[in-house]
Amino acid sequence: MDMKSFDTRFRIIRIKKIIRENDVTNTYIFDYPLFAKPGQFVMVWIPGVDEKPMSVAFSDGREFWITVCKVGGFSSSMHELKVGDKIGIRGPFGTHYEIGNGQKIVLVAGGYGVAPMYFAAHEAVSAGCNVDFLMGARNKDLLIYTHKILGLGVNLQIATDDGSVGVKGYITKILEEVLGKSKVDKVFTCGPEVMMKAVGEISFAKKVSCYISVEKYMKCGIGVCGQCAIDDTGDLVCKKGPVMSWDYLRKLPEVGQYHRDAQGKKQYFFKKTI
Amino acid sequence: MTTKSIWLNENAGHKNPTMFGTEHYFLNAVGLSDAGIEKAVSETFPEYLKKKPAPIIASIVAANIDDFGRLAEEITKCKPDIIEVNIACPNVEDKHGKPFSCVAGDSAKVTKIVRARTKKPIIIKLTPNVYNIGEIASACADSGADGFCAINTLYGMEIDINVRMPILANKSGGVSGPGIKPVAVKAVYDIYKATKLPIIGTGGIMTGEDAIGMMMAGARLVGIGTMVYYRGAEGFGEVVSEMENWCAKNGVKNIEEIIGCAH
Repeated sequence: MDMKSFDTRFRIIRIKKIIRENDVTNTYIFDYPLFAKPGQFVMVWIPGVDEKPMSVAFSDGREFWITVCKVGGFSSSMHELKVGDKIGIRGPFGTHYEIGNGQKIVLVAGGYGVAPMYFAAHEAVSAGCNVDFLMGARNKDLLIYTHKILGLGVNLQIATDDGSVGVKGYITKILEEVLGKSKVDKVFTCGPEVMMKAVGEISFAKKVSCYISVEKYMKCGIGVCGQCAIDDTGDLVCKKGPVMSWDYLRKLPEVGQYHRDAQGKKQYFFKKTI
Repeated sequence: MTTKSIWLNENAGHKNPTMFGTEHYFLNAVGLSDAGIEKAVSETFPEYLKKKPAPIIASIVAANIDDFGRLAEEITKCKPDIIEVNIACPNVEDKHGKPFSCVAGDSAKVTKIVRARTKKPIIIKLTPNVYNIGEIASACADSGADGFCAINTLYGMEIDINVRMPILANKSGGVSGPGIKPVAVKAVYDIYKATKLPIIGTGGIMTGEDAIGMMMAGARLVGIGTMVYYRGAEGFGEVVSEMENWCAKNGVKNIEEIIGCAH
């Protein structure tokens, strides 16, 4: 056993560059050889503030990126940081999207799930895959990464709730069309859980394997605290996830229905009607 | 199987970072976050008891004596096999907020009220952060405890030298893992000597051999927590196999014969 690998204290690194993606979203670039794979996460510590899991938006052995939307206390603190400021990281942790050589892959990204999906697209293109990138957002102002994705030379299709860009409506409509047209090896998705559930169900109906990035309240990230255990198997999302197959998840009561808060209480995505 | 400690009311716990590990030890300050007794009654226990793969020990925790009494009553309705009383929390009624577990008289008071409010077997979880753990154990034994769980974590803190501040959001936390095993073995040895009541020995147990040593110090059962970090959940079964192998190799037919044999 390599005991050194059990050291999960922070590595302190400085922000090298900050890219403004839109009014509420920044990408932070670090000169650090993280060696993460698409779908994996890092624990990010802002000393004196808090520590949260963040999806890796890109990693190439020299640098890595995380993309952060201002939605709460921690992400707001992140947005106050400047180039040169220090943060702590632990990781990368968790499972990743498994990309085979030369496969036909459909990526479905919702909201800020676009960032880790970009990383998957980048790796898939390098592996000679044919990639459809389906991107959903509420409106045109909230889109991110479109130029980077087009730069990869993948087939990008966009849907917005208000039709301000791309097709008006949900991205799942486009997914049904794409899966109906040609044979697809795998569907990968990252975004709001309710959207990912719909993506899983559509893929399942078309007999295509689908992998989703499960988001749970996490504390330790290293398989100890049990905070991210998923009902009813008790599997830990930080270890067996975050990327999990829909084949496995569809049999569980939790996905797309509820999540558990910091105290472990159930919080339903929609009000229970019974 | 022991639950995480259950409070009467919802308890938020601490912010992250709440824990990290090194090759020698693990440091945590989760702050006993819990949704309260209501969830234990309505969800946790009914779900677990449907299958009940192993006996269950319900751990309860409170910051004042009265809450311990009410919790003992409420948790009894959940039908646990044993109630573990976690007395490591600072006593809000103490002038200096000392944990119950650090004062023999306070440990005894908690034991007494829990004893009065339940017929279930009760074990007291003891802290190693005292001068004489045998004295605390004796006080609990005299107040109606049926056994002990020892040890809770040691006090600890680690500084990140690059940012010049403690790593844990709570600044200090509890040390567990391989490095604390000798502390735990000594505590179990002392409790066994002082009371002869059954002990769940816990603290730094990573292997079957560790567990055997703990039993020789006086533990009737062995508790495992932090091992999960080093060996994963499959480690539980592996430790049991290692214990069986050791017993077979050393001609131990009945595990009873090694309990306290080092005395």
